[in-house]
Amino acid sequence: MDWISLELTAAGFYANKYCCAHWRVGHPPREEAASVTHPPSPSEHALARQGSAPLDLLQILVDLQSSQGCLSAEVLEEVSHALSMPLAQVRGVAEFYHLFSRYSPCRYRVLFADNVIERLAGMESLLIRLCEHLGIDPGKVRCDHRVMVGTTSCIGLSDQGPAALVNGLPITRLDAQRIDAMAEHIEQTIPVGDWPSEWFQVTPNLLRADHLLAEPWEVGAALGVLARQGAAEVLDCLDQARLRGMGGAGFPTASKWRSCRDTPADRRFVVCNADEGEPGTFKDRLLLQSHAHQIIEGMTLCAAIVGANHGVIYLRGEYAFLLPGLLGVLEQARQSERLGTIIRGFPGFSFDISVEVGAGAYVCGEESALLESLEGRRGNPRIRPPYPTQRGYLGAPTVVNNVETFAAAARIVANGEEAYRLAGRGEPGTKLHSVSGDCPRPGIYELPAGTPVRELLELCGAQDTGAVQVGGAAGTLLSPAEFDRRLGFEDLPSTGSFMIFNRRRDPINVVQRFTHFFAEESCGFCTPCRVGTALLRDLADKLFQGRAAPRDLDDMHRISRLLKSTSLCGLGATAPNPVLDLLHRFPAQVQARLCRADQQPAFDLDAALAPARALTGRDD
Amino acid sequence: MTAYFQIDGVPIPFESGQTIMDAALAAGQYIPHLCHNPEFRPHGSCRVCTVRADGRFVAACTFPASEGAKVECASDELRELRNGLLQMLFVEGNHVCPGCEKSGACQLQAVAYYCEMLAPELPHFFPRRHVDASHPDLAIDYGRCILCELCVRASREVDGKSIFAIGGRGIKAHLLVDSPSGKLGDTDMSVHDKAAHVCPVGAILIKHRGYDRPIGQRLYDQRPVSVVGDVIQAEETRDD
Repeated sequence: MDWISLELTAAGFYANKYCCAHWRVGHPPREEAASVTHPPSPSEHALARQGSAPLDLLQILVDLQSSQGCLSAEVLEEVSHALSMPLAQVRGVAEFYHLFSRYSPCRYRVLFADNVIERLAGMESLLIRLCEHLGIDPGKVRCDHRVMVGTTSCIGLSDQGPAALVNGLPITRLDAQRIDAMAEHIEQTIPVGDWPSEWFQVTPNLLRADHLLAEPWEVGAALGVLARQGAAEVLDCLDQARLRGMGGAGFPTASKWRSCRDTPADRRFVVCNADEGEPGTFKDRLLLQSHAHQIIEGMTLCAAIVGANHGVIYLRGEYAFLLPGLLGVLEQARQSERLGTIIRGFPGFSFDISVEVGAGAYVCGEESALLESLEGRRGNPRIRPPYPTQRGYLGAPTVVNNVETFAAAARIVANGEEAYRLAGRGEPGTKLHSVSGDCPRPGIYELPAGTPVRELLELCGAQDTGAVQVGGAAGTLLSPAEFDRRLGFEDLPSTGSFMIFNRRRDPINVVQRFTHFFAEESCGFCTPCRVGTALLRDLADKLFQGRAAPRDLDDMHRISRLLKSTSLCGLGATAPNPVLDLLHRFPAQVQARLCRADQQPAFDLDAALAPARALTGRDD
Repeated sequence: MTAYFQIDGVPIPFESGQTIMDAALAAGQYIPHLCHNPEFRPHGSCRVCTVRADGRFVAACTFPASEGAKVECASDELRELRNGLLQMLFVEGNHVCPGCEKSGACQLQAVAYYCEMLAPELPHFFPRRHVDASHPDLAIDYGRCILCELCVRASREVDGKSIFAIGGRGIKAHLLVDSPSGKLGDTDMSVHDKAAHVCPVGAILIKHRGYDRPIGQRLYDQRPVSVVGDVIQAEETRDD
């Protein structure tokens, strides 16, 4: 299509302004890219940049999505030929990730973040407003190929939402006025790169700092300690600090590193999980945006200890706007001999970090699904054992840790384990909480581990709070009776999401949104999660609409038990949490919403007949 | 000295590296399963073989056997879970046994009988899925696919063709066929391929022999799946 090559709106902005096309500098060596014949097609460009092995497939598709605005059937066929991969497999990967568009190309692709927080902030009416201006239905490309408007899961901007991705770039603080202006920009064909830059402003929003972030990071501080004291002492230090993984599962960090180090292998990897997808979390956004040196040092520390020469940051596709900054910091580190073939203070040790970009899949936050995605495939979790520290990235022992864990490891080693232990209240350390929802001061708060929920509510100015969801959709829904519970591994472990709902909000609506989230994000590999998340979604809808009977609540319990016991990975095992919390903690609201019948069919006859009645003008 | 673990109190010998399923099948102890087949690498997706090993829920087909482990398989709790999983497989697709030519020789149906599953109590999804009859010798009824990926594995690992893959995700996950049109008729699939004979349900059907064998004399009509075994093995020996 001519206009694409003439103008390259989205692509030009994405690839040129932000120089994103070469994000894999420092990538572990693989086979050379195939020689390119002239004139090169878009897919040949992408292959030249990203490599031509099946392992590079996801990155090739990410590149093509940003340069072409969609993955057309022709493009997928070209990629399949170039990689000598079955077309069905290429399609399977393209169909897996949310941020890929397989519609016809369009200049502007607007995806509203569809988390419950954004919904409560009026996202639905903003979406409808934009669609009305543009004369389109949600999810459909306009017939002139100019624009499509849809939704995607939480994009990590709930503190400055409602937000949307436009051609992959986030626009924050949406309101009616901004929506009207966006529609005008789209109709006037103004390239996204020329839209007002304040629309794209993402503020770090750190509102309370403690042990991890209060002092500026002194580059080299942790590696200096490692050089002086050796790996054994540093691991002991992390043990004594009782540092646990901050991604939610809470596995002891030093044990993970030791397990990787002690698995015989000729190469090992360090992977930073920057796929922060839990609804309502955005604390890793802050770390990646403003504290990347500290993360890199944590990864280098880990690499030096386990004996890895390559590290990978798996950056969620929604955070691609952080890529230029991150690449800049990595380059600075190389320039100052903190990364690369020569690492200051460690003769004979080389370590480099590349960035791989995801494309929208919550399940890829699960470490083994993340590794599948890094290897270019669908993000299905792997069967375990073996665990990633035994067989991980490219089959080699791999440490996968969350962004915050690496940053914390660096800080602990630099400042000593005692400071970390003392920073907590009743348990060691601190935790970053992403606060959003009904409060005047949403943002990121670093709090001592063991801080009561009530204190955080006071800090952010929340009043008349009716419920708090701690730890994201997979976490815990608390009623006011439990606000004295403590945020920490010993009571309320959290991925860092803290969503506040005031008393006027409907907890059934909140939970209904989470069930939609899980149904949307299930990878579909195992039966209980594939089917169970969809069943729970439909039952939650039925309850929300006042059509559920007591028997439906029994079904919710039964399906939840199945998901918890038989799912392959943590997504399925935690997907019922919000439903169970609702039934357990908000029984009065649930009872009030039930219909009187013992049993109510799932099938809504009137809804099914509505189109026919409308067409025929009948009302019987 | 042979190592043993127990399934419901019965000692089962195993060799190092075997899964619970491998050892159980070798010892003649049936554990209900659908996506598993000893000829292929364990998959662990249908979860029908879920057992409790030392208190922990695991898929028998992927979990390694270990000395002295106490495995529960037939407890009321596990029967209920298994029943629920089977119901899920029935309601997510369009499984109308009386109208399906695979009825009687269908492993899903046979396992459901074995597990004493009656009518599904869960709401049906009634998905709109199409039938691909483009191939001269084979047909695919997507409404019956349970995503066990046996055809995916057989085509890749045995036939060396990779004709199948999985697309979409969540409840919209679906089987993909490797041709630009997505039609089976546009691939080099042959009726002699392993992939044409591994489908445990009526999703991949061989044409022209639908009711060759009358109802009542079919694979699972006389004896249960625990005795007959999987569709793959049974089909290979059916004309002996």
